[in-house]
Amino acid sequence: MELNILTLCYLIGSVTFIIGLKMLSHPERARRGNLVAATGMTIAILGTIFLYKDDGGSRLHNYGWIFGGIFIGGIIGTLAAKKVKMTAMPEMVSMFNGMGGACAMLISIIEFNHLDHKYFQYLFHTKIDPIFLDQIKNDISDLKGTLIIIFAGLIIGSISFIGSMIAWGKLNGVIKDFSFKGQHVFNIILLVVILGIAGYMVAGTPNLFLFYAILGLSLLYGVFFVLPIGGADMPVVISLLNSFTGVAAACGGFLYNNEVMLTGGILVGAAGTLLTMLMCKAMNRSLFNVLIGSFGGSAEGPAAAKQQGSYKEIALTDAATVMAYANKVMIVPGYGLAVAQAQHACHDLEKLLVERGVDVKYAIHPVAGRMPGHMNVLLAEADVNYEKLIEMEQANEEFPSTDVVLILGANDVVNPAAKTDPSSPIYGMPILDVELAKTVIVNKRSMKPGYAGIENDLFFQKRTSMLFGDAKKVLQDLIAEIKNL
Amino acid sequence: MFIEYYTMNSILNWITIHQEMIYIVILMIFIGIEVIGRVPSVLHTPLMSGANAIHGVVIIGAIIVMGKAETDNYLALILGFLAVILGTLNVVGGFVVTDRMLEMFKKKRK
Repeated sequence: MELNILTLCYLIGSVTFIIGLKMLSHPERARRGNLVAATGMTIAILGTIFLYKDDGGSRLHNYGWIFGGIFIGGIIGTLAAKKVKMTAMPEMVSMFNGMGGACAMLISIIEFNHLDHKYFQYLFHTKIDPIFLDQIKNDISDLKGTLIIIFAGLIIGSISFIGSMIAWGKLNGVIKDFSFKGQHVFNIILLVVILGIAGYMVAGTPNLFLFYAILGLSLLYGVFFVLPIGGADMPVVISLLNSFTGVAAACGGFLYNNEVMLTGGILVGAAGTLLTMLMCKAMNRSLFNVLIGSFGGSAEGPAAAKQQGSYKEIALTDAATVMAYANKVMIVPGYGLAVAQAQHACHDLEKLLVERGVDVKYAIHPVAGRMPGHMNVLLAEADVNYEKLIEMEQANEEFPSTDVVLILGANDVVNPAAKTDPSSPIYGMPILDVELAKTVIVNKRSMKPGYAGIENDLFFQKRTSMLFGDAKKVLQDLIAEIKNL
Repeated sequence: MFIEYYTMNSILNWITIHQEMIYIVILMIFIGIEVIGRVPSVLHTPLMSGANAIHGVVIIGAIIVMGKAETDNYLALILGFLAVILGTLNVVGGFVVTDRMLEMFKKKRK
């Protein structure tokens, strides 16, 4: 009876994962989808704790340890998730992903130690009479299969764990980009060695020392896998590592013949992979390109060779005037807005302009900021009306009829080199065509390059002028000036 | 000759024993790809976060390991305990972060 209820719990869990994920891809139903999946997860977990019976028919014990662990993890997880700043969201996703990967890794370690090594020795080193082969061939293939699954969970879980922690560090700013010559060859060799040792153990005898060697090498590989990739590409890497952890979870599902782990794991593995490719498409770069960390080499070339050119600065009063008397203003937010935490000041400026009869909209580039949707989340936090945010394609149609474009801390997403310079690292990426507008005002802290590390021709164009300063202060000053008009 | 037959047989055996699981894997791959279908780029990050929470289902494996550990098996107890904590962090943290991201979107819908 209990096993039947447990089966039902797992069925419910699996279905809620599918439905929840589907709902998460529609803006109207996304929040409820999250809740649906969470409910199913809870049912599956509680069912496991109270109803699980192993092959021998005995229930789970050590309830103290189990609930203790859940309690500790629950408290820390909730606090961390609730307290973190909105701008630190991608890091948190990476961190929690790493936790999942580590969990899968630990499960593999424990299960490897559980394997009956004596039985292994007997099976793989004794010359077995063909008469008995039939009886134990199932055992042999099952054990070898189990071994392969354990290794898969170990390798994938470890790479995902350490890779996610490195990604977390990069987004934090704690870890810098690092690469050395021939790194890609080194990585490939490392991977081959790891798979080689694992294969050797599957064909021969499992060995504790070699097992921990694989663990160590996988962790090393994970580090060097993520280390050379630029911070701007982190969301793509995190999405990829996300699907890795999904596959590691599915390995756990195979180990325990657990359908809900298998469902959740493969679902995330497949969906995560597709999502990664969609993110790459939005940047118009291939996944291969991202993983090779191409920003490392080519940025030196174009940046060094370019002339500075001359740019104009605009005075605060002039900027205030031209915006206050405009018919239509488009604001282009970027990472600089998030860093300065200027979203509220931005909304105040928008409201002031709207009071004066100016049509104000926000042009949101898909990869503005540190993650897709970053700007939307930032502006929503400042209570900006959802309808004022328009997507890139629509914005590009409206720029010719726009009087003033105010760029707040955005750089690469408005860089014309993406259209004109084939040697540029961002070439081919769709951008916001702000140069079609009548006037462009760019707010930055200084002339330093943005994340791609390249110069931006937009700043030197005829209709562009620069307004230097911290975004929050500049916006507040603009507001004061407009009120004086 | 014997090795080839033995290996081929082992693989086919394994597939047969686990056929239902294999069906689940294949079907879930198609479903996973299908449900992501048309996602607006603005939802990429919350979706990634939601998927992140869902793969926290790996905690069930940790619970099973912990639940079956004998009192003298320190490795299983300690590592298992750690695994349960990490799995819970993935699940709870994942769903809460996703909810926070989505809460920001919904405020303006009147």
